[in-house]
Amino acid sequence: MRRLAALMLVLALLAPGAALAAQPRASLADIEDEVMCQVCGTPLNVSDSLQAQRERAFIVRLIDQGKTKQQIKDALVAQYGDSVLAVPKKSGFDLTAYLVPILVFLGAAAVIALAVTRWRRAKAASAAAQDPTSTPPGDQRLRADLERYDL
Amino acid sequence: MKRLLAPIPLAAIVVTAALIALLAYGLTTSGTDKSIDNAVASGKRPNAPALTLPRLTGGGESSLAEYKGKVVLVNYWASWCPPCRTEAPLLERWHQKMTKAGGTVLGIDVLDTTDDALAFARAKGLTYPMLRDGDGKTQGKFGLTGYPESFVIDRDGKIAALQRGAVDDKFMLEKVQPLLEAQQ
Repeated sequence: MRRLAALMLVLALLAPGAALAAQPRASLADIEDEVMCQVCGTPLNVSDSLQAQRERAFIVRLIDQGKTKQQIKDALVAQYGDSVLAVPKKSGFDLTAYLVPILVFLGAAAVIALAVTRWRRAKAASAAAQDPTSTPPGDQRLRADLERYDL
Repeated sequence: MKRLLAPIPLAAIVVTAALIALLAYGLTTSGTDKSIDNAVASGKRPNAPALTLPRLTGGGESSLAEYKGKVVLVNYWASWCPPCRTEAPLLERWHQKMTKAGGTVLGIDVLDTTDDALAFARAKGLTYPMLRDGDGKTQGKFGLTGYPESFVIDRDGKIAALQRGAVDDKFMLEKVQPLLEAQQ
């Protein structure tokens, strides 16, 4: 019982440390590929304009203050708006960036479904043609005539 | 022809056509709007776009409509823009002159952090009103192509002149001064 209590105490002491360890320190390299240089219209990690340099300096200042990656991204959004994030906006023409992949997927699924249906129908028809018990009306008539004349 | 109209080729044609149309739309709508330039060049005075933005200092929002009845030089700038640094003292000098004649310079700080913008204004001793457009959402309304850019708005809220680049005394004397004198 005493051992169990000691183990619980050790776990309780380690828990906050483990939580902190799970949240690594923010780095410029990790953030700058997820935000935009708005003047250049390119991700910050491939931009070297004056505005990009200021944005980078702002991120470095926040890293030095010990802010997490999410806090820094939130601060960037507060300064530069949602468009600073390297994801398309959810309005206007940029909405197509979200809609087109969905529509292409649905279209491709419809085409595949149609192709599979046609393939199965063709296969069923081919199987029916090879079935000796299944005879077309012309064959049946010929067989009836032959039986009638008893040749 | 019959083969082309079969469901699968038809779907492929429709999807390809839709993607091409989307691309064409994206390319045609992403260009710079030159309507203000064209109107002013042909002697017209188009209405100044509606503009409501947060103030750089003092909190709250302000709109361009609040300045109706005054001659306003709307100046888009950023603290990281070298020509803006050169232009700022001239704008402050003209703001003092314009204030006495029923006018003002109205700075719009774009794509900047508040701290950088405030440090810039302090360092240059700028006293004219400033608005903040952090994500540059109003740039399209004026068809901005770079920084700095200025737009002269007359007392009726119409654009009388514009400068794509830094303004100088010659521009101010030719485009702003007559509007200031027109009131008196």
